[in-house]
Amino acid sequence: MHLGESTRECEYSQISTRSSTPMETPYKKKTPKKRKWETFPGRNRFYCDGRIMMAKQTGVFYLTLVLILVTCGLFFTFDCWFLAEQLTPIIPVIGAVLFLFVIGTLLRTSFSDPGVLPRATPDEAADLERQIDVANGSTGYRPPPRTKEVVINGQTVKLKYCFTCKIFRPPRASHCSLCDNCVERFDHHCPWVGNCVGKRNYRFFYMFILSLSFLTVFIFAFVITHIILNSQRIGFLSALKDSPASVLEVVVCFFSVWSIVGLSGFHTYLISSNQTTNEDIKGSWSSKRSKDNYNPYSYGNIFTNCCAALCGPLPPSLIDRRGFIQSDAPQLAPPTNGLPMYGSTQSQQSHKQVNTVDCHLQAKAAHCDCPHNSGVLLQGVAHHTGRGPEPRTEAESHVRARFGAAAARQIHLKARGGGISSSPWSPLQIILMLGLN
Amino acid sequence: IRPDHGFGRISVFIQRDYSSGTICKFQTKFPSELESRLDKQQFEETIQTLNNLYAEAEKLGGSSYLEGCLACLTAYTVFLCMETHYEKVLKKIARYIRDQNEKIYAPRGLLLTDPIERGLRVVEITIFEDRNIGSAR
Repeated sequence: MHLGESTRECEYSQISTRSSTPMETPYKKKTPKKRKWETFPGRNRFYCDGRIMMAKQTGVFYLTLVLILVTCGLFFTFDCWFLAEQLTPIIPVIGAVLFLFVIGTLLRTSFSDPGVLPRATPDEAADLERQIDVANGSTGYRPPPRTKEVVINGQTVKLKYCFTCKIFRPPRASHCSLCDNCVERFDHHCPWVGNCVGKRNYRFFYMFILSLSFLTVFIFAFVITHIILNSQRIGFLSALKDSPASVLEVVVCFFSVWSIVGLSGFHTYLISSNQTTNEDIKGSWSSKRSKDNYNPYSYGNIFTNCCAALCGPLPPSLIDRRGFIQSDAPQLAPPTNGLPMYGSTQSQQSHKQVNTVDCHLQAKAAHCDCPHNSGVLLQGVAHHTGRGPEPRTEAESHVRARFGAAAARQIHLKARGGGISSSPWSPLQIILMLGLN
Repeated sequence: IRPDHGFGRISVFIQRDYSSGTICKFQTKFPSELESRLDKQQFEETIQTLNNLYAEAEKLGGSSYLEGCLACLTAYTVFLCMETHYEKVLKKIARYIRDQNEKIYAPRGLLLTDPIERGLRVVEITIFEDRNIGSAR
């Protein structure tokens, strides 16, 4: 049986094997450095050099933005003067605050990473496959669905294996078919915000719909007030003719109020019971399923559930969007004898050859979606473009003596914050190759 | 078929332990591949410390609520100036792993990879095969 190298997959964290031979490395150096978002395997769109991350279809998001901007624009232009004069100038101020909050939370929801789980490295995928022990060597055949059971707080939860991402999904994670990513604590994919709603941006989403409900009700109420007050002076029809924009606002707000307020109420219920939309729709924790069915993630009381969802610690982004892909040390190039891979781990996507570096410094800088970190990023990059550094720590000397310069270099890169790229050989391949020899 | 440089790497993956829910926790089961290289106790201590550090990062309590509320009030612009609590703990974890690598793992020909580089899915321990052993195994 022939074994092969695992490598033609286009996962962005994979080492390039076709081109990173010692001969070609000098040429590689001259090509401009790519950031990891450029080779991200999911169906996402990135803007501002990886700082902004959205789903592929963003049309409806622009509609949302336009609706909000136009309605608020009309409100401030036509209604606010009257209201400020006749009632109180605080009204436009409150309106402005609400408006800014709505836009801020909308943009934050739409532009941030919802909690995407990066795909497994080839090593990991091979290790999992080995553990599952699927004994078939042909490509294209999908083994039966794999599940793992785990008991959480007394409830048995099934962890499913994701064939696209090649991982066992954590509990509450789900694979979004629109974005082609596994997302942690997946709530739903919202076309209105143009992004998935998951662990990292659920609170922003909730703040958005809550503040939008208030804004919609606010505008609706005060536009009606405006028309009523005006019609007391000059008659109803004249009042309408006087500010036709108000009519448009009333119509938009009227239709929005039902859906937005309803949605806010629904999500308030979800938050207080610590469920996701996904779980609620499937009825995962519904007592209708069985008498012993309960939500193992709930903290028991509404207050704690709300606090945990809205004010809990914000987890960092697990995908390093703005980190640089670097060519790894040439000695990691595998034997290029084109042997077929054990198991079916060929990716269905296009074959992009990428290099990788796992850079502590870059990763930390890139975790924060802020432009001001680019300075730190550059420093991190400077560290890792050096070649063949001398061993500087005792660990490196140890490893150099025993395992040679190649391994020592990896230790050095590791110590400096650089990383080990995923090995192109799976453990089983190594063992079997040794056996064949 | 052996590479020219005469050393190989095998990676052992410590998977996540979901028995306590969705918090970040790794299994403390000692993998058999490390038996010849590392003490079971040392391994368990490393993993347990990592688990404790992640628990600290994700802890719900007064300080995290305060941070969350402050962030909400400032429309999350406060994070342009300061790090989140989680990020601070991640740095602590990175330092700890670097220490562990220098003191314990590298002298035994092992390398611990920070789980954040693997999306907090696994703790990857790379075993460097001794070139002296050669290809006859």
